Amino acid sequence: MKYLIKNGRVIDPANKIDGIMDVLISDGKIAEIGKEVTGKADEIIDATNLIVAPGFVDMHTHLREPGREDEETIQSGTAAAVKGGYTSICCMPNTEPAIDNIEAIKAIKEIIKKDAACNVFIIGAITKARLGKALTDLAAMKKEGVVGISDDGSSVADKKVLEEALKEAKKENVLLIEHCEDATLSAGGVINKGFVSTKMGLRGIPAQSEYEVVRRDIELARKTVAPIHIAHVSCKESVELIRKAKRDGVAISAETAPHYFALTEECSSTYDTNTKMNPPLRTKEDVRAIKDGLKDGTIDAIATDHAPHTDAEKDVEFDFAPFGIIGLETALSLAAMELVDTKILSWSDLIGKMASNPARLLGLDKGNLKKGSPADLVMIDPAKEYVYTKSSIVSRSKNSPFIGWKLKAKVTCVFVGGNKACLS
Amino acid sequence: MKTSAEKKIIWTKKDLLGLEYLSREEIEFILYTAEGFKEVTTRQIKKVPALRGKTVVNLFYEPSTRTRTSFELAAKRLSADVINIGIESSSVRKGETLIDTGKNIEALKIDIIVVRHSASGAPNILARSVGSSVVNAGDGWHEHPTQALLDMFTLKSKLGRLEGLNVSIIGDIAHSRVARSNIWGLTKLGANVTVCAPPMLIPDGVEKMGVKVTSDIDIALKDADAINVLRMQFERDGALAFPSKLEYFKQYGVTSERLKDCKKNIVVMHPGPINRGIEMSSEVADGANSVILEQVTNGIAVRMAVLYLVSGARRDVS
Ligand SMILES: [Zn+2]
Ligand SMILES: [Zn+2]
Repeated sequence: MKYLIKNGRVIDPANKIDGIMDVLISDGKIAEIGKEVTGKADEIIDATNLIVAPGFVDMHTHLREPGREDEETIQSGTAAAVKGGYTSICCMPNTEPAIDNIEAIKAIKEIIKKDAACNVFIIGAITKARLGKALTDLAAMKKEGVVGISDDGSSVADKKVLEEALKEAKKENVLLIEHCEDATLSAGGVINKGFVSTKMGLRGIPAQSEYEVVRRDIELARKTVAPIHIAHVSCKESVELIRKAKRDGVAISAETAPHYFALTEECSSTYDTNTKMNPPLRTKEDVRAIKDGLKDGTIDAIATDHAPHTDAEKDVEFDFAPFGIIGLETALSLAAMELVDTKILSWSDLIGKMASNPARLLGLDKGNLKKGSPADLVMIDPAKEYVYTKSSIVSRSKNSPFIGWKLKAKVTCVFVGGNKACLS
Repeated sequence: MKTSAEKKIIWTKKDLLGLEYLSREEIEFILYTAEGFKEVTTRQIKKVPALRGKTVVNLFYEPSTRTRTSFELAAKRLSADVINIGIESSSVRKGETLIDTGKNIEALKIDIIVVRHSASGAPNILARSVGSSVVNAGDGWHEHPTQALLDMFTLKSKLGRLEGLNVSIIGDIAHSRVARSNIWGLTKLGANVTVCAPPMLIPDGVEKMGVKVTSDIDIALKDADAINVLRMQFERDGALAFPSKLEYFKQYGVTSERLKDCKKNIVVMHPGPINRGIEMSSEVADGANSVILEQVTNGIAVRMAVLYLVSGARRDVS
């Protein structure tokens, strides 16, 4: 199949491209990008007024398979990803059992081969069963293709263990991703600790439980001269610490998730369990700091932390509901509205945060429109407004606080390896 | 002169979830309505047909004989039928969900669900899942609106007003739903509220609720027209909220000694049950300034008013 995408605004930050151009896809690969590309195509797609960009790369997805297929499967999760414009996602290892050995990785790769609608890369656990004690066999996992390691869901609480893990990760050239949370400070908490938790009578999770671990991790990264990536940055102090560490030359990178710049703790005031996530939604001031961090490059990437939970799990008392929300299908719109419409980021910057930067951090040859590479790309109608409805959700779980929101900027078409996967 | 309370308002709220969600006018209207029911409770025949044919369920996930009895009496004196359902908190996670329970109760054509729950916000979640009215009888650390309403009712009947009064709430503010409801209610009605607790038991940002904050009981007592002394629970999730009972009594216990320097007619309230010798001496609890038993009596009238208003029955009392 040959596709010719005509007259789109082609944005490819990795190759410093931003202009009205045509893209020719041939045999699943990007064959040509340029002005007025001619040549025969089986299908010509008019992309006038649309953005044509590399498919997004989510470095933080929970696919729940194996173990919690009632919440999400690799099939449903990747279908949701494609709908959201993602052509590559990285699955977190906190499945049941955890992805902490090569057999588990092999088994998941089989399912991916069979079911996945987009590229899925595997993040392995840092420690066995994510218990924070014994390191996993990273060399072996790397051979099986893991692109990162994380005990996401918890921090590696033991400093010595994390230090060893950082050294290993550096040696194997695999990104270590830390979920920063001091469990002794966050214990029992369900929302941000502050006025709102007081008002609602809920136990709070202090910002300190995040940034104290960020601070510790920066020191370990400095000491080991090893790269570290901070997952889901939610508070001002973390942004400041990371900014300073970057200035000091520490090999640190960071991601945030759309809910940390689109929502505040106030959104929990109705006890909507779809506003319960970890780290929790923070204050207006934190949201401002996250946006500043995205703008000045302190925060490299926007990841979804897509965390599916069933209605049955979420339709309970706030204290009893699990943490997490789905995010693959809303990330683009929220980022476009909160960051591009408000002139915090340009479209090119945003594509960088959602595609080329995460790919670069993970060492993936993805997130760009290089000639000859597999045609993973997304077409976006930046002006398209729509209402996000529960029935439109492709993910198996519907736990989104954005249901009913009027959103803007929509994916119209996605190519995964040259296959046109979706057109709405 | 008619105060705004005497102006009849159209009651629109299906539920009573907390005083945070009510306007000043609505709170005043509940208190005004309660005055009418107070009169009923002093009659020989303490019953009016206001809720005849209606059914009230007391759905208690936490045992509380005191509050349940008060609601039960209130409902019965309005001629409603009452059913009590007690669910052990420990079985909450295993058994039927709150929403399923609520929907089943609704299917029984119940008009009002009075709910007590250990999880903050449970009544909010229940209220949006069912068409029946939901009255919060205390949820976690969140709110206990009828307790605050009866405190305010008692205070108003003692001192004639709430506007401009200095009211101090003393005790474990952090874990108290009574404190939160009182803060919302009293500040909305123009009282000056001070909260007083050991530093560890002052919750974050409580000053943003419009109160003064102190850890010095003498500051809390000075100039107070009334104090609301909270029940002190020492064991919290296995951890001590305060080192010792004796030390607490020494630092925060309300004693006649301490009351000597206070306003002579200071009103002393307590939501009960009292820990004598911990947050308050027996002498004070049983003394001339104490209105603790009046609070209990007024609780019925206030709860009658609440049940009556949320049920949508707007016939005149009398
Ligand atoms: Zn995490
Ligand atoms: Zn996660």
